[in-house]
Amino acid sequence: MKRALTVAAFLLVAAFLVVAATTMRPFGEPSHTEMDDYFLANCQTEVVANNVVTAVVFDYRGFDTLGEATVLFAAVVGVLALFRTVREDER
Amino acid sequence: MNGGMSIIVKTVTRFVYALIIMFGFYVIMHGHLTPGGGFQGGAVVASAFALVLVAFGTAGLKGVLNRHLLQSLEEVGALAFLGLAFAGIGTAFFYNILANSGAVFGKTDPAVLASGGLLPLMNWAVGLKVMTGIVSILIIMIIGSREEAVE
Repeated sequence: MKRALTVAAFLLVAAFLVVAATTMRPFGEPSHTEMDDYFLANCQTEVVANNVVTAVVFDYRGFDTLGEATVLFAAVVGVLALFRTVREDER
Repeated sequence: MNGGMSIIVKTVTRFVYALIIMFGFYVIMHGHLTPGGGFQGGAVVASAFALVLVAFGTAGLKGVLNRHLLQSLEEVGALAFLGLAFAGIGTAFFYNILANSGAVFGKTDPAVLASGGLLPLMNWAVGLKVMTGIVSILIIMIIGSREEAVE
């Protein structure tokens, strides 16, 4: 019973992957490109930056970068708290 | 760990680490023109310090890098990033007030260094934050693991 379930799940996932691979859109032609086209067309005039990725990261989606910086800050604080606790326990 | 690695590694590190730091600052400085930016350049600069730490050990570290100074600089970077984000609060959060203004970073030609408005300043802020953050993580972990090994 367990083996039959395993085989059925395996076949289901394999069939899903085959269907997804055969119906995939051709490379370089995503389905929704309005946002990308807007960034590529207006980045050099609005933000005056040649690097569109930096323009998106720091200007259009700046709030997301703020979250990333917060994550790094939390990582530093976490490592500091972790190792400081170990050192105080050993003393 | 205190003694570091062999003389070959130490010599190569002496040759290379300044170049790595310079390349990292180049990546940060040209973040709005070429691939890269504050995060990537900061990680490159931090990798140079990691190389020095691995090659020379923690013995040569004392007096060169101050952990509290590094953490203060990280908070300066974070606050500078937040302040630059609040600079355009009159229009919107993260509004780029300097772009196309004709002022310091407001050149209208997108291919020169003094363009991009707040983007280069934000790159510097985030780069400072990332490099000092990763270096302080490295120092804290190395100090912690060394004391565990000693005691």
